[in-house]
Amino acid sequence: MSDPTPSNLETIATGFINHIPHMRACGIVVDSAAREGVEVRLPYRPEWLGDLQRGVIHTGVITMLVDSASGLAVLTAMPAPEPIATLDLRMDYLRPAHRDLDLVCRAECFRLTSHIAFVRTTVWQDDREAPVAIGQAAFMRSSGNRKRNAA
Amino acid sequence: MNDTFSSPRQIARETGDFGALIAAVPYAAFLGVQLSLHQGKPRACLPFRADLVGSPRLPAMHGGVTAAFMENAAMLHLLYQINTERVPKSIDFSIDYLLPARTEELFADCEVGRIGSRVAQTTIRCWQKSQDRPVAIARAHFLLTAAE
Repeated sequence: MSDPTPSNLETIATGFINHIPHMRACGIVVDSAAREGVEVRLPYRPEWLGDLQRGVIHTGVITMLVDSASGLAVLTAMPAPEPIATLDLRMDYLRPAHRDLDLVCRAECFRLTSHIAFVRTTVWQDDREAPVAIGQAAFMRSSGNRKRNAA
Repeated sequence: MNDTFSSPRQIARETGDFGALIAAVPYAAFLGVQLSLHQGKPRACLPFRADLVGSPRLPAMHGGVTAAFMENAAMLHLLYQINTERVPKSIDFSIDYLLPARTEELFADCEVGRIGSRVAQTTIRCWQKSQDRPVAIARAHFLLTAAE
């Protein structure tokens, strides 16, 4: 079987998102998808606000986007799709995310072992060089389970 | 001096009705977060909805929804507890997923470890049917700022 090509990966990534009810409900779209990483976008909605006085987007929305993008990055990094489970996720909120602007998240699976996938993410709005948040997550792959079950 | 939170907080403290407090945080209202007083402390609940699903195959809740719910539980807990007119600013958030969250309601309790003059440290525990089998635990720091 040949490796999926980048354009294939974008089709797979978009298909994945459309298959997940919460990602579809929030309107998340794939900007790009490659073996090295994915970029997804959350179009702005007033419902995302957490602080009306400051006009700041709720950090929970950013976490949700990062969780979504991280899973997608693992999916595109694996040779073939398999179920994964999030072990943990750590977020740092570097600056406020402002109203009226989309959130864009780049997620890269920087290490994939037979059992575990490690992902780091960066989130920005209009300036990629001024991220609003960074995240790091670890996932468990399901492929590694077989050996243990057989033992 | 505005009173975005003082009267909703007063209502919650006196009657246990958190509706006005939640309505002041649009994303909490979007998710469908509810709060009630349990032994004098706020307890958060997220009723199940089909559009909160992250894995239709299992099925399971979206992990990001569980995380966002827990972050809201901590933020609303602080808005209830502290007499502030500003939303606490999230500094960081770290979650460990212990079990897949099934397609049923989520509950969360928040424990405040420390409230200093500038920073609050919180631990959040989330469960479903059985409180002694948490689906996730998380911790978060918030920056508390005076009215600007």
